Amino acid sequence: MDDTTVYRTTAWSAGPGCHGGCGQKLHVKNGKLVRIEGDENHPWNQGRSCPRVLAMTQYMYHPDRITRPLKRVGARGEGKFEPISWDEAYDTCEKRLNEIKRKYGAESAIFVQGTGRDIGGPITMLAYSYGSPNWVQLGLSGHSCYTPRLGAMKTVMGDFAVADCSQYLERRYEDPQWKVPEIIITWGQNSTMGCPDGFFGSWVVDCMKLGTRIIAVEPRNTWLSSRALHHLQLRPGTDGALALAMINVIIGEGLYDKEFVAKWVQGFDALRERAAQYPLDEVAKITEIPAQEIAAAARAFARAKQAAVQWGVPVDMCPDGTAVAHAITCLSVITGNIDKPGGQVIARPSHGVTSYPFSTEELVKLYGADLIARLNEKRIGADVYPMVKNFRGWAQPDMVIDQVESGVPYPVKAAWIQTANVVGGQSARAKFHLEALKKLEFIAVVDLFHNPTTMALADIILPAATFPEKDSIRSWWAPLISIKKRVQVGECKSDWEINFELAKRFNPEGMKRWKTLEDMFNERLAPSKMTVADLQQQGGFKMPEDGPFKPYFRHERGLLRPDGKPGFNTKSGKIEVYCDTFEGWGMDPLPFYTEPPQSERSTPELFKKYPLVMITGARSQLFFHAEHRQIPWLREKLPDPTVEIHPETAKKYAIYDGEWVYLENDMGRVKRKAKFSLQVKRHHVHTMHGWWMPEMEGKAPSLYGVGDFQINNIIPGPQCAKSGFGGGQYKTTLCTLAKISA
Amino acid sequence: MANYSLLIDYDYCTGCHSCEIACQQEHGYPVGTNGIVVKEYEYEAGGRVRIDYLPFFTPHCDLCKDRRTREPTPACVKHCQSACMEFGLTKELAARMGDRNRLVLYTHNPGR
Repeated sequence: MDDTTVYRTTAWSAGPGCHGGCGQKLHVKNGKLVRIEGDENHPWNQGRSCPRVLAMTQYMYHPDRITRPLKRVGARGEGKFEPISWDEAYDTCEKRLNEIKRKYGAESAIFVQGTGRDIGGPITMLAYSYGSPNWVQLGLSGHSCYTPRLGAMKTVMGDFAVADCSQYLERRYEDPQWKVPEIIITWGQNSTMGCPDGFFGSWVVDCMKLGTRIIAVEPRNTWLSSRALHHLQLRPGTDGALALAMINVIIGEGLYDKEFVAKWVQGFDALRERAAQYPLDEVAKITEIPAQEIAAAARAFARAKQAAVQWGVPVDMCPDGTAVAHAITCLSVITGNIDKPGGQVIARPSHGVTSYPFSTEELVKLYGADLIARLNEKRIGADVYPMVKNFRGWAQPDMVIDQVESGVPYPVKAAWIQTANVVGGQSARAKFHLEALKKLEFIAVVDLFHNPTTMALADIILPAATFPEKDSIRSWWAPLISIKKRVQVGECKSDWEINFELAKRFNPEGMKRWKTLEDMFNERLAPSKMTVADLQQQGGFKMPEDGPFKPYFRHERGLLRPDGKPGFNTKSGKIEVYCDTFEGWGMDPLPFYTEPPQSERSTPELFKKYPLVMITGARSQLFFHAEHRQIPWLREKLPDPTVEIHPETAKKYAIYDGEWVYLENDMGRVKRKAKFSLQVKRHHVHTMHGWWMPEMEGKAPSLYGVGDFQINNIIPGPQCAKSGFGGGQYKTTLCTLAKISA
Repeated sequence: MANYSLLIDYDYCTGCHSCEIACQQEHGYPVGTNGIVVKEYEYEAGGRVRIDYLPFFTPHCDLCKDRRTREPTPACVKHCQSACMEFGLTKELAARMGDRNRLVLYTHNPGR
């Protein structure tokens, strides 16, 4: 290892694909990454790494990686591409997108991203420089991933909050300010299987070792639920009823934090009345959890001196995900756990720096109030859904694809797709997305490998860099981080670099003030009074100092509100469990429960035909969503897409363990390998999402087998949330099992 | 010669696969070869379904002999996400097992 240099950095996609945050040591020899190891001096992961990071050398230097810009030379789907220069690629994108702007208006181009990679910053910059308001996680029905939770927290509390596992403190578990949560509810979140939303999953395990007890709200049996104090094994999609019943128990039995409620909560009596509509016996029937277990869990949570909730995407995927997130937030609020050590701490991007805009406020800060207001005029869904209009800047994804198809009220003609495999990944009714998008006049895709989306749709493909190959900044949530480029692979460029260079072409005047990308990073870092160079000098990361960006008890110390007064960052200064803002937007000001659109209760006839509740999307550490199936070390551990079936259910369908079967409903059928498992209840099945086969034919109609293996082919749309956020039916769709006959 | 071992607190193994890939990266092992393999177990106990994971060591495990000339711990121990693996002298680890539950000690004594 003599001539090897070791560089410390932080992982944030691409590569592991995830939401990032962990410190890594890059071992670089002759300009090549030869090894990667966790950084033991980084407070986030303390030396640990996940399989996807540890397989980075296979990912970065994979023979199939796209390392030069490509243009399509055959028909779409023929799989014929030729390498071109970056200049030609940029020229083509500029020319084609400008033509579309002239002919139809800038709103006719949509800017599509996937999940929480280092993308929110660069893609909004590009979309707004071009002039389009339509920034969207296309296909993700109801934007059912964190946005509903973010929207609920921000509106009700004036801020976001996260489970406190000491992540804001550099000394972590040893910092005397921190307290071990007595209880963590893992709500729809199998924490050991991934690191979503700025949270390292194994922090929960660290806390368990220090004494934390788990309440697992989880329809499956998992490692975590096996070890839980209470396992609330709910029927998928009934989380809202469960949360309201728990609130009802806590208030009814006088277990709430009376002092906190009196001082800091608005609308408590209204919440009490609402929760009273969810009596235990009724909710036990709805959720399929015994009443006494719900009550016992509610009591344990309320009686804990400090308790936290680490929640996941199933919350968003409930019908009316925003209302469910509102209800769960109320649990933390009425028990006085907000911004308390070991509770639910207010989470703000470190040092007030925005790297990925999570709220309207941050968008306004980056792009100005005028622009953000103007975006509402043409932004798809802003005139229909109150949350889409008033929170963050997304277009409504289900409406976007319908508009691609219908051309009403205005035509959609182009798509910029970056960090998203729309056809093989997140899209509910995936086939509809594929067919509708084929109509577009121009599609550019930024990615690292060919996939069903590049094959079916791309006119231009731009090769993206992985995290050791890029410069960036990160403030999700803490510490504040600089990421420094250490190696180059082919001609790949970072998402930031690509978008910066192209944005300069669309908006030369507006982008003039930043000569380099680093100039822009430095401007965005200004609230921290540090530059990229300063951060690098300090080791690449910096925890926030005491103040608005570091817990605890900031509401008491006047650190949350712009006026410096004690209280929360809401109009009333209190946490508005009865939410006037929601009411003003024409929404229910209180949390409520909605039955899933397909279920034994809501569609008994359909249930007779399709008596299995299909849960999709449980995570594995091996793959991030639709990625990594071509990485040998990872694929080896999970070669086939399985469906977990209870052995007794399998017997009923005469299916043997390991047999290839169909999951089937009125939308079609998808192939899976049967895996007998006690992890699912008898009337549930689970299957992982994101499957396509890089080893199969890429050309249409195969598209790497996406027609056979993409589970979202049989997930319906549109979403079903009154707010416009939430309600993707990824966890609650009904299906049956069928043998593949010879 | 000092005898070294790995001590696994398998109540905390979450099946994250980090040890497996860490081993393959460390040794440059191709697909099909690994010093450590994690298995999943499902069973019923105490009225509940339990899911456990347990790493199993193959003869390809050399306790990271080469690595330990420059790093204090084997690659699997370092990267274990739930930090449930320890490396040390067999005697010391065995002594520390004491009355703790659900531990496995893996010894590796080449040439014996």
